[in-house]
Amino acid sequence: MSKMNFSRRGVLKTGAVTGAGLALPTIFTSSASAYTNEPTGSSVKLGFNVPQTGPYAEEGLDELRAFELAVQHLNGEGDGGMLNTMSSKTLGGNGVLGKKVEFVTGDTQTKSDVARASAQSMIQKDGVVMISGGSSSGVAVAVQSLCQEAGIIFMAALTHSNDTTGKDRKANGFRYFFNAYMSGAAIAPVLSNAYGNERRAYHLTADYTWGWTQQESIAASTEALGWETVSNVLTPVGAGDFSSYIAPVINSGADVLILNHYGGDMVNSLSQAVQFGLRDKMVNGKQFEIIVPLYSELMAAGAGSNIQGVYGTMNWNWQLQDPGTQAFVKSFGEKYGRPPSGAAHTAYVQTLLYADAATRAGTFEPCQIAAALEGFEFDGMGIGPTTYRAEDHQCFKDVLVMKGKDSPANEYDTLEIVEVTPRAQVEYAADHPMFGGAEASLGECNNG
Amino acid sequence: MFGLSQKDTRFLFIVIALTLLTPFLLNPFPTDSALAQFNAGYPALMQRFAIYGLMAIGFNILFGLTGYLSFGHAAFLGIGSYAAVWMFKLLSMNVLPAIILATLLAGLFALVIGYISLRRSGIYFSILTLAFAEMSYRLAYSVFTPITNGETGLQLNLKDPRILDAAPTSASLPVPSLFGLEMNSSWTLDLGPWDFTFNVGYYFCAVVAILGFYLSLRIFRSPFGLMLRAIKSNQNRLNYTGLNSRPYTLAAFVISGMYAGLAGGLLAAMDPLAGAERMQWTASGEVVLMTIMGGVGTLMGPVLGAGFIKYAENIFSKINESILHSWFSWLPDGLEDAVVWVFARFVGEGWHLTLGLMFMIIVIALPGGLVEGGQRIARLFRRKSEDAPSATPAE
Amino acid sequence: MDALFLQILNGLEKGGAYALIAMGLTLIFGTLGVVNFAHGALFMIGAFVAVTMQRIFNFSLEIVDATQKDFLGNPLKVKVPYVIEWFGDGFGGFLIDWSVPLAILLAIPVMMLVGFVMERGLIKHFYKRPHADQILVTFGLAIVLQEIVKYFFGANPIPTPAPSDYRGTIEMAIFGLNLSYPVWRLIYFFFSAAVIAAVFAFLQFTTFGMVVRAGMADRETVGLLGIDIDRRFTLMFGIAAAVAGLAGVMYTPILSPNYHMGMDFLVLSFVVVVVGGMGSLSGAVAAGFLLGILQAFASMNEVKSLIPGIDQIIIYLVAIVILLTRPRGLLGRKGVMED
Repeated sequence: MSKMNFSRRGVLKTGAVTGAGLALPTIFTSSASAYTNEPTGSSVKLGFNVPQTGPYAEEGLDELRAFELAVQHLNGEGDGGMLNTMSSKTLGGNGVLGKKVEFVTGDTQTKSDVARASAQSMIQKDGVVMISGGSSSGVAVAVQSLCQEAGIIFMAALTHSNDTTGKDRKANGFRYFFNAYMSGAAIAPVLSNAYGNERRAYHLTADYTWGWTQQESIAASTEALGWETVSNVLTPVGAGDFSSYIAPVINSGADVLILNHYGGDMVNSLSQAVQFGLRDKMVNGKQFEIIVPLYSELMAAGAGSNIQGVYGTMNWNWQLQDPGTQAFVKSFGEKYGRPPSGAAHTAYVQTLLYADAATRAGTFEPCQIAAALEGFEFDGMGIGPTTYRAEDHQCFKDVLVMKGKDSPANEYDTLEIVEVTPRAQVEYAADHPMFGGAEASLGECNNG
Repeated sequence: MFGLSQKDTRFLFIVIALTLLTPFLLNPFPTDSALAQFNAGYPALMQRFAIYGLMAIGFNILFGLTGYLSFGHAAFLGIGSYAAVWMFKLLSMNVLPAIILATLLAGLFALVIGYISLRRSGIYFSILTLAFAEMSYRLAYSVFTPITNGETGLQLNLKDPRILDAAPTSASLPVPSLFGLEMNSSWTLDLGPWDFTFNVGYYFCAVVAILGFYLSLRIFRSPFGLMLRAIKSNQNRLNYTGLNSRPYTLAAFVISGMYAGLAGGLLAAMDPLAGAERMQWTASGEVVLMTIMGGVGTLMGPVLGAGFIKYAENIFSKINESILHSWFSWLPDGLEDAVVWVFARFVGEGWHLTLGLMFMIIVIALPGGLVEGGQRIARLFRRKSEDAPSATPAE
Repeated sequence: MDALFLQILNGLEKGGAYALIAMGLTLIFGTLGVVNFAHGALFMIGAFVAVTMQRIFNFSLEIVDATQKDFLGNPLKVKVPYVIEWFGDGFGGFLIDWSVPLAILLAIPVMMLVGFVMERGLIKHFYKRPHADQILVTFGLAIVLQEIVKYFFGANPIPTPAPSDYRGTIEMAIFGLNLSYPVWRLIYFFFSAAVIAAVFAFLQFTTFGMVVRAGMADRETVGLLGIDIDRRFTLMFGIAAAVAGLAGVMYTPILSPNYHMGMDFLVLSFVVVVVGGMGSLSGAVAAGFLLGILQAFASMNEVKSLIPGIDQIIIYLVAIVILLTRPRGLLGRKGVMED
């Protein structure tokens, strides 16, 4: 039976109520549990909050597939996937801490408000101890702060903005996915090799927080190469037709177009930029190039042949050859008949990391789990040795630089790995000015 | 009583009773049973029922009485939310100043927008209000980010001044409260296999909503309300009598805008985050749909419509395939998969389909909305009792 | 200077899309007096007719090729489209390449049929109902249609390229300016102009069109003359659906279709119709092009740096100004949808 208790500070004392002599056959209980939603039965519930309607529904669906697979593996069904390859060997496929893992799902609609409502229902009604998911940074930041206040753990899935573990970092929130700064740091050397150090870049940037942090990060790392930023134009989210933003690029003197867009916006802006013949142009004696700093498989599929030869970065890709990736791609592919997307991988890994931390901590208490995750070093989950940095709860690992494949062999073979940028190259100080500077702090861990 | 007729007083008492008993009514299924999925008696959703009900009541004063269809009421909801969160950030965590400012500021915006939009009628009016709301949304999402915090939504911060409150002692964010009574505190009543949650925030919203309902009841029954109805039935004729109807419609517009602002303030008081999506045209459309679905111009209809849509959004969207499998596991394997497949189209990721179908079915089968459905059922029972003279007469 | 010209071209192409959608919407308003919130969904269905056409031509024979591996290491199933199998690379390849323009042939009957079914099955029962009920039922229908498309095609945008010869740009010399502009966008502009002209000609020069115009002006009198106006209105609904559908088909190479694109265009098309004036076809067309061009100008850097965010609100701002200065939009008639 779940005890609902959202702020133990605010709970009215049982004694006062019953002492008032209410002649009701009832027992008013304030909570006796040590932390929010302490699981008392034979199972523990996790909440997966992803967009199921709206523009990112496809990504949400792929995340859900991965969550479901992770839960199966935790409960000992299926082939175990990454349980066999991860460096920490605490998970034996018998649930977590002897409790069977159950999960609830919700629809964020990629709106902060709705995502919070859905997360609240998971916490208040279903009694989850952890929430994961998201496919937009605004939603991730909003849900992360809700989880902080409610006293449960938030394992962010798809969120790329610097703010999630930057100025909006929270003690109860953890991010495995990489961020805009890492994208910039990883892609810059590759760009310098491919396109030289004397380039003039034109940025089109989605006009909201993620777009701005990505533009800032990419501009900083390309300018460090010697590139010049000609212009940065903000475009409305969901503009659809980007022609009036692309047309001015042609005579701006720029020879590189950087598209700080994601999802449908990226599909449209890239396709339309190609339609305008930008990639056939010679400017300043150089071939004009387009760059999409953040790639995803679904976007690549949506843009079709337009991505050929376009550089971008990814957190992870199914074509990696390490044992962790192979194990995951095998179980995912056999179950769903398609390779997992990067979003699915993050969702899967975050669930396993949470379960592992709970096992190592020996409890579902958020603060103990947070302590177990802080500074945790692990391997065997795709992409090499990884550390959860204690200062900002950001994972540090290698970053993939990708390029659109020229002649894809099948519908999933759209991108190729150009380089695995070593982790040392994408690291930064926890008080980096792009991440809130010295002011940013995790605050205190909250058990509810 | 309260300046109401006897019938209205009884109606008001029924509404009060239903509102106060909501934690019981919405949790009819034992917590551990499979049907607990359909329980809606948890604080966040009950609060939303009350808040969106309040908003729909206010919207109905404009749309139901005057017939002016505003497609921009979400703007006032958003403005109310932003105002409330700013009050929490700058002044105090007490909810009263926050919701008062939310109401007043929304009223001010409604005065300006209404003054301009009401120069036109019919669909021209609708598009004017839509244009204002859509502009507010787009600017709040991007250019006004310093004030609204854009996509993420305006949030509280430990470093906010909060000049009236004592300096924070703990590292966690303060909670909106009514003179120290925190909005998120709840207590649970264990009754056998049932759990019922009583939440301070919900009861605060409920009291405000009941006051709002009472006010709307008074407006419906007042000469002012009659005047508004006259505008709906024939504005031309009214104008020919030498009467200027504009002040009346403007008053109705401002009142309903203030209701929306109050609702926005309450939303922020229950969960101190104000997102720009609250102002999007889909949010305005949602209020319109709530009102039409429940029954335009009826007192209770908009509240029912609000409850229905919020229920679908929060409950149906959470039913996933593994829950369906657990419900139908008693069926033979092949049949189970087929049944689950069919149901899965209507819940979880497919909950929009259910919503769309419900819109169509209700408007086709019940032209007067949900209220008419209720009346038909009531009539059916009444006729039955008349048909059976042996039944004991009603006491 | 050439930057301005490019923006005019962008505006014309954008305006073409707005005008086509708005025209169908205003036809339905004017003839049937119905507020059709499902009109955006018709545009979306049109786009997905193009996707379907592409799928049909790409319907493939699967041959297991043991020399290649798929992502799980199993032998790869190589797909050969049937049309290539049957007609060879030449004609088969042509069909696949040209699937978007060829989809027009499919779209006209399909959209007419969708329009007929919608009107006969649902809308006709709502002629006498309040506008509020019409909004609720058509909005519900729009959601249902959109969810059905989502079930079959997923939520991700689907690439639907133009024929390979028309994917690039064309060099033009206008007034001594050398411009290069995407071919397909020019085609889209001329296509929309042709469709608009065809609809006008149809209403202006045929008896049918005359009756419909008379019906728009005074439905009751036309009915009293013993003319079966209802049947003609059904056809009118079909035509409106077809126009929206064609707008969608031809738009797919510009905007990769996804299931919610109809909702994105819905509000915009209402604004266009109202700015043009309710029940006025030429008003809708004029407003479509006007708003398209203004939006293109507002997106220019020079303008955006003066007034940040102007590109996001220009359409609504213009709508407000026009509605306040001209009570019934650009060319609206008195008494239509004013109560």
